[in-house]
Amino acid sequence: MAEMTMVQAINDALRTEMRRDDRVVVLGEDVGKVGGVFRVTQGLYDEFGDDRVIDTPLAEGGIIGAAIGMALYGMRPIPEIQFSDFIFPAFDQIVSEAAKYRYRSGGEYTCPMVIRTPVGGGIRGGHYHSQSPESLFIHTAGLKVVCPSNPYDAKGLLLSSIRDEDPVMFFEPKRVYRAAKMDVPEGEYTVPLSKAAVVREGKDVTIIAWGAMLYEALQSADDVSVQGVDAEVIDLRTLWPLDIDTIIESVKKTGRVVIVHEAPKACGFGAELLSQISERAFLHLEAPPVRVTGWDTPFPYTLEMEYLPLAHRITPAVLETAKY
Amino acid sequence: MEVQTTQSVIRTPEKFLEGVATVIGPDGRADASHDPKLDRALVKKMYVAMVRTRVIDERLVTLQRQGRIGFHIGSLGEEGCILASAAAMRDQDWIFPCYREFGALLWRGMPLQDYVNNMYGNANDPIKGRQMPDHYSGKKYKFGSVSSPIGTQMTQAVGFAWGAKIRKEDLVTSVYFGEGATSSNEFHTAMNFAGVFKTPTVLLCRNNGWAISVPSEKQTASKTFAEKGIAYGVKGIRCDGNDVLAVYKTVREAVERAAAGGGPTLIEMMTYRLSGHSTSDDPRAYRIEDEVTSWRKADPILRLRKHLETLGMITDAEDQKIRDDVDAELKLCIERAEATEKPALSTMFTEVFKDMPQHLQEQFDECAAGPRPKAQH
Repeated sequence: MAEMTMVQAINDALRTEMRRDDRVVVLGEDVGKVGGVFRVTQGLYDEFGDDRVIDTPLAEGGIIGAAIGMALYGMRPIPEIQFSDFIFPAFDQIVSEAAKYRYRSGGEYTCPMVIRTPVGGGIRGGHYHSQSPESLFIHTAGLKVVCPSNPYDAKGLLLSSIRDEDPVMFFEPKRVYRAAKMDVPEGEYTVPLSKAAVVREGKDVTIIAWGAMLYEALQSADDVSVQGVDAEVIDLRTLWPLDIDTIIESVKKTGRVVIVHEAPKACGFGAELLSQISERAFLHLEAPPVRVTGWDTPFPYTLEMEYLPLAHRITPAVLETAKY
Repeated sequence: MEVQTTQSVIRTPEKFLEGVATVIGPDGRADASHDPKLDRALVKKMYVAMVRTRVIDERLVTLQRQGRIGFHIGSLGEEGCILASAAAMRDQDWIFPCYREFGALLWRGMPLQDYVNNMYGNANDPIKGRQMPDHYSGKKYKFGSVSSPIGTQMTQAVGFAWGAKIRKEDLVTSVYFGEGATSSNEFHTAMNFAGVFKTPTVLLCRNNGWAISVPSEKQTASKTFAEKGIAYGVKGIRCDGNDVLAVYKTVREAVERAAAGGGPTLIEMMTYRLSGHSTSDDPRAYRIEDEVTSWRKADPILRLRKHLETLGMITDAEDQKIRDDVDAELKLCIERAEATEKPALSTMFTEVFKDMPQHLQEQFDECAAGPRPKAQH
């Protein structure tokens, strides 16, 4: 056990897997000698050399396209996209190539790779360093989408993702990167994909969140408990394929649901979650479900705390549903 | 009927190929100073493959016109550069196709029946009817999967070769694309990555004169496509794409250079698309027939046939037999393909992921139990 930040835990996961499996390579902008702009890959270059920790030219489409080629060849590439706001030049390679290669080749080929990318706001990054594009990757078939909220899960989920046979989008909430330390086991362990975690049990309202917003949800659960509302909090951890059973079990118990995400409201993942809850547990609902999300605007710079669905917005929403 | 075209300049083979070195001369004889002196059996094998590719192509167009298959995109007029470049790759090398290279896939050993099944998208289609015809895949044959968006295969071919280089395996990749694809992001990125990391990749640009309706001179302000290599530090070469010996020699040298650590090569194979872009295209709307006529005389099959004649390696009867043989094979393959059922409903839901997740299992069950369409293609 060692106390680690999420940055250190992800670094430890990469190092652990690169030692275990020499097919694993890391590639991206500034991931080599300098260890990435967030230092997530720090020290890997010195240990594994420039054949396995590769500084690429500045072209996201090239990073992903080349990583696909490496995966088809039989390696386990882990491309890093410096900010998920920069991922769009690679969108075609991700959604039409990596995501579809297995299916479209009749199962002949596979494309195992983990696309790591920092996500989310709250770091004074403005539009181009703060967005949460996860639902765009859920909407296309063939991708797994992961977003850990803490160092322990980050390492365990990353090891599961690297060992998975399908392409995984691994969104790292950058606001959490260095926010807190946590005991993380040394060496190997995995956290299974597609398993949500009930991080706080409660009987009155279900709050669903992931990534950095999990802490806001927990804050709100504390806030409302003072007023006698007992909130259950679910950390999705893997967004897709979804652990719907854990959600439905909770909603059937509480009858009330609040979904929190940073991404804009329209067509955000909350819309899908609410649809599935309505389809499966409509008659168990005691109150209209609520989404607390980013607004349907571009991500703002100065007013980012007005944009984010922080505890000050979640708490009244939870109290409102509890009135029914 | 008077046809209005948008074309202003006719590019005859003579004009298009000005200054490009050839091996097989107009008399059919190989220029001794450039002749790669290939094994005669290999030259004959390439000829047979080219003729077979042509016959298959023409038959598939007919099937599409008859409404028996949905689509075909072929290689009429480009068989020389496709077959010779495929033949020039070593057995351990991998080929990443654009979408006109079914001849290369058959060269690599895919049974004709598998390819015809792909045209029908039936239960025996190797890709299970999941894509339009001609979007084949052939891992067994060290052959990538066809994608419709232009250029996406280029960075993948570079990455594949790069992986092999990192793992110190003696392997080269080739990747096909049309000259139109040189305008794509992917071309730039692939050339740049290939150059920087000296990947063992041969980038095969089929300059066939047309990107659907846009002539090659509207695709770039560069004088040639090969010279685009200069900016990337990648060797760029032009060759006569309808001259099988020239293509083989150029590609083989590039493969050997790549395998020896000399890095990538961009090869501009000068050829001509005799057909429309695909069966969905009518080129009379945009190009002048005289240009097409001039290129029919430069047909790579006629060119190689003349060369074989000078070597005493082909007779009319033999030529006819090649065509009759493939005709008969095709007839049987088509009969079988048409008698084969559609892919099972489950194939719509399998292989989205390695294991079927819960939501797809539920949707499969719903689809199987629910109302099904009456009309089928």
